[in-house]
Amino acid sequence: MKKAASVLRYVILTLGALIMILPFFWMLSTSLKTQPETVQIPPVWIPKQLQWGNYVEAFKAAPFARYFVNSVIVTTVTTVGQLFTSILAAFAFSKLHFWGRNLVFMIFLGTMMIPGEMLIIPNFVTLSNMHLVNTYGALILPWLASFFTVFTLRQTFNSVPDQTYYAAKIDGASDWRFLWHILVPMSKSTITAVTVLQVIGSWNAFMWPLIVTNDENMRTLPVGLQAFTTDAGTNYALLMAASTFVIIPMVIVYIFLQKYIIAGISNSGLKG
Amino acid sequence: MLNEKPTVKSTIKGWLYLLPMLVITITFNIYPIIKSFLMSFYTKYDFYNDIVSAYGFSNFTYLWNDPDFHLAVRNTLVFVIGVVPLNIIISLAIALLLNKIKFLAGAFRTIYFLPFVTSTVAIAQVWNWIYHSDYGLLNYLLGLVGVNPINWLNDPKWAMPALIIMSIWKGLGFNIVLFLVGLNNINTRYYQAAEIDGANAWRQFTNVTLPLLSPITFLVTVNGVIGSFKVFDEIFALFQGSSGPSKSALTIVYYLYEKFYTEWKYGIAAASGVVLFFLILFVTLIQLWYSRKHVHY
Repeated sequence: MKKAASVLRYVILTLGALIMILPFFWMLSTSLKTQPETVQIPPVWIPKQLQWGNYVEAFKAAPFARYFVNSVIVTTVTTVGQLFTSILAAFAFSKLHFWGRNLVFMIFLGTMMIPGEMLIIPNFVTLSNMHLVNTYGALILPWLASFFTVFTLRQTFNSVPDQTYYAAKIDGASDWRFLWHILVPMSKSTITAVTVLQVIGSWNAFMWPLIVTNDENMRTLPVGLQAFTTDAGTNYALLMAASTFVIIPMVIVYIFLQKYIIAGISNSGLKG
Repeated sequence: MLNEKPTVKSTIKGWLYLLPMLVITITFNIYPIIKSFLMSFYTKYDFYNDIVSAYGFSNFTYLWNDPDFHLAVRNTLVFVIGVVPLNIIISLAIALLLNKIKFLAGAFRTIYFLPFVTSTVAIAQVWNWIYHSDYGLLNYLLGLVGVNPINWLNDPKWAMPALIIMSIWKGLGFNIVLFLVGLNNINTRYYQAAEIDGANAWRQFTNVTLPLLSPITFLVTVNGVIGSFKVFDEIFALFQGSSGPSKSALTIVYYLYEKFYTEWKYGIAAASGVVLFFLILFVTLIQLWYSRKHVHY
């Protein structure tokens, strides 16, 4: 009885896992087919001869190299910048005592209720008045601060006892030194978690980059891929090859840093 | 203790630490929040020079009378109702199964979570191909069990189900992880006690697991509802830059995008954003009110 239940569990979980993995498998499989193979019925599961050339062809068919560089720049600067502003703010909210602290904190907590999609229109107007549309500035600036990150980091900083802070101060450490040499290293796992989640979010972001870039040279990978669908037409092998190289970098990040991603999400769950 | 009372000096220091974040959030969060509420009342607006020549409610009356907006609200609600409950049931079931096994549990979790880290736009191209009416994998597989080919992406009747299936597939992993946290936090003593009292597996599930899991279920529901109300990327990518056949997948955010980006009707777009905000607020408040009664902390 117990054994049967256990077998049943594995059967269901395996079936579910197959459904989850199937689109990825199908993407890879199609990306390595010849054009006639892509439309063959019954479908070809594993192509006779793997057409690695599809990747080269897809990469050349649109300025994917440029998109890739754009995505790397935007993701890196956004993540580093946001981390910097958030660490400073979280430290102030967690360890410093000053007038207006709680009021500001409450106001920002309130703004988290607002759907970000609402802000797109005024932000677009602001950036076009600054003549920043179609520049890295437009892609990066609005994302250099995130109250969600501040909030998460503040929770972690709060869990470091105030005594540590006072002890460091008595030893003559400045606030700045305490923050970067003691508090940040002590909160390494949370910082890694928010960093990885931010990298994934930036890399995959679509609506904002779509709106602020109409110059082909400024597109990020997801926007470039979307534009490519029109050029690729019915050449599904090329389209799947292009989709693969948009997806692969984050899959690699995920495989290596899975522990932190899961921990980051679990944490957000515990707080709620 | 040191530093307990705020002084002028500590206040200057505190605000200096906040400054970088404040500059960005005031410019790109706080100001635009106020601005978008104001904009929804702009009826004549020259955005190049940011000059408003008339205010009024006509943007809202436009929405009230626009059949497209009604459709967008209806489609959004259908999407939320189609995605959230199913996602919760499936992810809870999988989390319960995963929680009971040891061997390969990590590998399964990795696989179920994988869609979460992948670009929506890229994976939607894959689904677009899977849904292809003539050569798609899904119709082939359905054909094996005798189902006639479905025109998933071009038949207005099937576009929304196609969008819902893809969205559930993509969102499962996130909820599974949260449910696993919740299940881990349940003290095994409760189950031992229930066992002694002679509760069978189903009774244990309804009387121990569900009530103790209710804070996580609540979080997952609120998260899911808010996220689903704002669906956009999935639609744009799955339907290749359109709102589906005969606008069958036109949602509120898609409507906002079209009014703003393709029709340049900023006031109407902003007004639709305001409606979205109040809809989300209203639904969230209902959930909060319900949770007061039914969530056991």
